[in-house]
Amino acid sequence: MEHGDSSEVRKRPHAPSMRSYAAVWGSLVLLTAATVAVADLDLRKIAVVVCLGIAAAKSMLVLFFFMHLRYENRLIVKLIIPIAIGALAIFIGLTFSDILTR
Amino acid sequence: MNDHADAHAAGRVGIWLFISTEIILFGGLFLLYSMYRLKNPADFHAGSLELNRVLGTLNTIILITSSLSVALAIAALERGRRVQSALFTGATIAFAFGFLIVKSFEWSAKFHHGLYPNAKVLLSMPKGQNLFFGLYYMMTGLHAVHVIVGIGVLSVMLVRVLRGAITPHNPTYLVNSGLYWHLVDIIWIFLFPLFYLIT
Repeated sequence: MEHGDSSEVRKRPHAPSMRSYAAVWGSLVLLTAATVAVADLDLRKIAVVVCLGIAAAKSMLVLFFFMHLRYENRLIVKLIIPIAIGALAIFIGLTFSDILTR
Repeated sequence: MNDHADAHAAGRVGIWLFISTEIILFGGLFLLYSMYRLKNPADFHAGSLELNRVLGTLNTIILITSSLSVALAIAALERGRRVQSALFTGATIAFAFGFLIVKSFEWSAKFHHGLYPNAKVLLSMPKGQNLFFGLYYMMTGLHAVHVIVGIGVLSVMLVRVLRGAITPHNPTYLVNSGLYWHLVDIIWIFLFPLFYLIT
């Protein structure tokens, strides 16, 4: 194997540095603190939206930085993930359209 | 020369397919939870007040940190640092055990108070609270099973990294185990606010 090829295999292009992983971890901890603080405020129904919004933001950080979704190939990003999310959206949408209109 | 890279990409497609089935599996349970919560708001409110928010937060931090350490294990491997990679993988396994230990304290406290499925105390409580605790044990239990599986998978990876079977040129097993472990983290990221925070 040529030298140029081996370095290509070793380091995925644009893979985050170890320091940036630590920064992502710091953001996740801060968001966890924020979501606990929001829950303590007793905002009632708004708290549901805020807490789930923060959870979505945290999972985006994990997906895009830890799981490298940003650099993933098109089959995964444009087909597999949208099908899973889309199927789930159909389940949720149809179930709630039934429950809420009874 | 691209065989390695192609096999690596194919392996990742496989693990992402698996991840999408897991999204549907837990998504179905989340749907069930939100439906019953909508029907029994007062009972779910009372149920979530019974949970220990401090232990839930602690476990969230433990899992987030384990997610970081498995990401660092892969990054270290890619930079050719085998021992560092093994240390980070070992740390991830230790955090996973830590999570389960905290979880067992939580569950045994609940069991002590008679809050477990089919317990007399719980059965005497309103139907909505039985639904809440049923879903709590089902969802955190299924998640704990994923943590236990993760410990097994990561232990195999640790041995393989130490033996030199997983190398910078052939990192697929460790990368895919890492993706699975991040998924376990993401599921908990949603379980935590739903059960512990939203009251």
